[in-house]
Amino acid sequence: MTDATAVLEHAQSLRDRLQALSEKIEAGLGAAVVSATIAYDELTVVFDPARWIESLTFLRDNGFISFIDLTAVDWPAREKRFDVVVHLLDPAANLRIRVKTDADDMNPLPSAVGIWPAANWFEREAYDMYGVLFSDHPDLRRMLTDYGFDGHPLRKDFPLTGYVEVRYDDAQKRVVYEPVKLSQEFRTFDFLSPWEAAKYDLPGDEKATKG
Amino acid sequence: MGLTPETSSASGDAATRTLIAPTPRGILDPRTGKPIGADDPTFLAINDELADKGFIVTATDDLINWARTGSLMWMTFGLACCAVEMMQVAMPRYDVERFGFAPRASPRQSDVMIVAGTLTNKMAPALRKVYDQMPEPRYVISMGSCANGGGYYHYSYSVVRGCDRVVPVDIYVPGCPPSAEALLYGIMLLQRKIRRTGAIER
Repeated sequence: MTDATAVLEHAQSLRDRLQALSEKIEAGLGAAVVSATIAYDELTVVFDPARWIESLTFLRDNGFISFIDLTAVDWPAREKRFDVVVHLLDPAANLRIRVKTDADDMNPLPSAVGIWPAANWFEREAYDMYGVLFSDHPDLRRMLTDYGFDGHPLRKDFPLTGYVEVRYDDAQKRVVYEPVKLSQEFRTFDFLSPWEAAKYDLPGDEKATKG
Repeated sequence: MGLTPETSSASGDAATRTLIAPTPRGILDPRTGKPIGADDPTFLAINDELADKGFIVTATDDLINWARTGSLMWMTFGLACCAVEMMQVAMPRYDVERFGFAPRASPRQSDVMIVAGTLTNKMAPALRKVYDQMPEPRYVISMGSCANGGGYYHYSYSVVRGCDRVVPVDIYVPGCPPSAEALLYGIMLLQRKIRRTGAIER
């Protein structure tokens, strides 16, 4: 057996095991599973937020004892604007799973700290960066941003440069906060080569004679 | 490794014989055949004066500057990746301690603070507090693009656009991160600046 066929067979066996896992989850949780898809040899399961804790407990009791990551994704156009994404690992079966549910900035999602204590700081970070609320969290404080920070920086509607900047005030002898004042605005460049890719007129193009 | 087996050893087996390092001879200057610095006019003059009179006469300013530049204790303020280069400059290859530039873990016993890395809004009051705890005269080296002017994070909501907004900076070392050589050059420039300023009161 060559190396190439070994790789292909391994990939196929992984897909088969993910398919079996997906069917097992749908059989065990029924209507709590909104969707389950396998893309790029990775299984993504979307759960009903109302049955979030029940679903995660089911996964924990079925081998996914290792909590890898919890974060959020912001979709400002949606009514429930956040996806909460959890990555889990089953170390015995060597399988990974991605679990999603949706949330908004008003109604809290139940906390997963009771299932995996490791979720504690991840949920604090998701709260800090996106403003997703978690109920029954033991200590839902800000994690990374400045003391007394206002806003949630990873939301799409948060301006890149924020609202305040700091400076040492010689008269008050302390570091003070002031509204942001940029000497040069942030610029985005398209990084396209003007000789090949740009489809728009460059300044001065109108002076060129055709042919 | 330059080690040679001890020839007078009684045991015959070459593999088990004790290895001995050659006698150090020092680095010889090919011009003079003597160790480097043996014909340095400053040292020769000082040597002559000491041998002649038994004491040296100098200006207080020169003495103070000599002591100040030769024993700059630096406060390690490693904030990000620049700190790796700052560690490197203290390691044997560049070895800043031969300039009397030694790391101190306490701001109360240090003269220089190297701001090595991104200064965030959250860290700014702590940086200022450490600076305020340092005794006069105190100097600040701003190391790397982030400390100089925000660098890569200039437009970020959480980063101070240059550590000179929080503390007065003496030397800016550019680079992302600056190499250990660049920082060493900055340190030597700071020593030159102290020597040029040349006053007890700064």
